[in-house]
Amino acid sequence: MTDIRFSGLGGQGVIRCGLISGKALSLYDDKHATMTQSFGPEARGSACSSQLVVSDDRVLYPYIATPSILVSMSQEAYEKYVPELGKGGTLVVDEDLVKLKKVRDDVTVYAVPSTRFAEELGNRIIANLVMLGFFTAVTKIVSPEAMKKALPGLVPERFLDLNIKAFDKGLAHGEKVLKEKK
Amino acid sequence: MKKLKTDPKGVLTGSHYLDGDYALAEGALAAGCRFFAGYPITPSTETAERFSERIPYVGGVFIQMEDELASIAALIGAVWGGQKVMTVTSGPGFSLMMENLGLACMQETPLVIANVQRGGPSTGLPTMTGQQDMMQAKYGSHGDYEIIALSPDSPQECFDLAIEAFNLSETYRVPTLIMTDECVGHMHEKVVIPEADKIEVVERKWYTGPKGEYLPYKLDDDGIPFLTKVGQGHRFHTTGLTRDERGYPDLNAERQKIVVTHLIEKIRGNADKIIKLEEDQIENADVVVVSYGITSRVAVRAVQQAREAGLKVGTMRLITVWPFPEKRIKELAPHVKAFVVPELNYGQIVREVERSAWGKTKVVSVPHCAGWVHDPADILQAIKEAAK
Repeated sequence: MTDIRFSGLGGQGVIRCGLISGKALSLYDDKHATMTQSFGPEARGSACSSQLVVSDDRVLYPYIATPSILVSMSQEAYEKYVPELGKGGTLVVDEDLVKLKKVRDDVTVYAVPSTRFAEELGNRIIANLVMLGFFTAVTKIVSPEAMKKALPGLVPERFLDLNIKAFDKGLAHGEKVLKEKK
Repeated sequence: MKKLKTDPKGVLTGSHYLDGDYALAEGALAAGCRFFAGYPITPSTETAERFSERIPYVGGVFIQMEDELASIAALIGAVWGGQKVMTVTSGPGFSLMMENLGLACMQETPLVIANVQRGGPSTGLPTMTGQQDMMQAKYGSHGDYEIIALSPDSPQECFDLAIEAFNLSETYRVPTLIMTDECVGHMHEKVVIPEADKIEVVERKWYTGPKGEYLPYKLDDDGIPFLTKVGQGHRFHTTGLTRDERGYPDLNAERQKIVVTHLIEKIRGNADKIIKLEEDQIENADVVVVSYGITSRVAVRAVQQAREAGLKVGTMRLITVWPFPEKRIKELAPHVKAFVVPELNYGQIVREVERSAWGKTKVVSVPHCAGWVHDPADILQAIKEAAK
C-alpha cells in the first residue's frame, strides 16, 4: 500500500495530478487506486491537494494519514503537509517554488524546476505534467506508458501533444537526477 | 463534451476512472433512464452535469428545473408518460422534495432519487460530507408509507446500485432512494461497466389487456398493479387522495385501510427479497459493527486494528438501509455482546438497530456531527469498550 499526496495551489493542476495518476494505475497498471481531493469553495490560488491510495488489492480505507510520497508545488502546501510525511518517505518539490526548511534525515528529496521547464515549453499551465513526469521517474510507482495512456480525456485534446512533451521533459529530468544520485 | 464511445443502448461499456456522482449517471443511463429533471446542488451537481452531457447522444430529456419541488413533480409526470426517471439532490433539495415524494408513494410511481448527502441542518456544510438524512429518507413525507433506500460505498457501487434502484422501483412501483454522500460522490475509483446485454434491467410492468378494462390500481397476482402510458387509449386516472382501483377518490376508512396496508406490505412483505447485506466474520463475533456508505469503509480500519488486538469483531454493511434488516439484527442479537453503529449523524440508524435488537444485547452509537469522516480511533475505542 502506498499513500500519496499531491499538493499546491488551486489552478496548478494538483487535483489533475491525482486524477491522471489514479487513472493510469487503475486502468493501465493493474493496481487499485482511490483518489480523493480537497473539495470546497476555495478559489484559484488557495491551498489544495489530492490524495491517492495505491494498493495491489481493493482499497478499503480510502484516506491517507501518513503518506509515503508527498508532492508539493507551493511553499504553503509544503509547510502544511511535510510534517505528516511518513518515516522513510519521499518528498518531491518544485525547486523554484518551494524553499526547503530543515529536512528530516529519513526523507529522500527530489527537486525539479517544473514551472520553469513548463515556461520553456511555452506555457506554465503544463507545470503539473512536468511534475508528473518527474514524479513517475523518481518514485517508479507508476509506469510512464500508463501515465501517457491516461492523458486523453483528462487534458484538452488540442494540447495533448504539449502535455506529453511536458511529461517527457519531467521524466527525462527525473531519470537524470536518479542517475546522479547513484 | 464530445460523444463518448458507447454501445447502441448508450451503455458506456468498459473500464473507467469515475467519481461516484458520474457513476450514478452512468448507472441510470444503463438502466434505461431517459428523463432527468433536477436543480443543481453541491455535492450532487456532477451527476446532473454528466447526464446533461450524455443525454443528447442517447436520446432523452434533461431539464434544469426552477427548484426541487418542480423537479420531482416533473419526474412523476414523465413516469405517466412512460419514462424511466431520475433526479439527484442533497439535503436542502431533498427537504423540498418531501411533499411530492409522498405523492409518488401514494400514486405508486416508480422513480429514483439520489441524495448525495452533505452536512445539515439547513444549508449546513454544502461541500462537506454527512449521513444525516437517513431518517428523513424513510419518514420525511407525511402519512404511512414505505420506500426503498440503498447506500453505496464506492463509485462502482454507485453504478451497480443505480441499476438496482431502477429495478427495485419498477418491480415494486415505489420511489427508490440512493442515499450516498459527498465522500463517495467525489471519490474516484475504477468503475467496470459490463456490456449492455449482461446488465439485468427490469422493464416496466406494462398493461397489455383489452382497452376499456384497465384499472391503474387493481393488484395483479404478485400484489403490484400494472402501469400504462397515458395517451395509449386506456382510461387513466390518478390522485393523491385515497383511491379505488380506478384511481378515483374513495374517501373512507375501509378503503384507506386497503390502500395504506398495500403501500406498506408490498415492501415489508418482500423485505427478504429486497434487502442486501454484506457480512464479514459474523460467526462467533463478540461485537458486530453495523455501518453503511462511506462510514463502512472508515470502520474497516478500526475493525482491522481490533482484530489485530485479538478481538472477535464482525461487520455488517447495510447495502439496503430501508427496509431495515430488522430480522437479521434480531437473529444476531442474543449471540453478540454488542452492536457498534458508527454513522455521520448524531445517531439515526442506531435507533433501528436498538429497536431490532429487542433489548437482547447492547447497542453502542458512535455519532459524528458530519463534515468529515470518523477518526477510526474513535470507532476502535467504541469496539473495545463494547467487547468488555
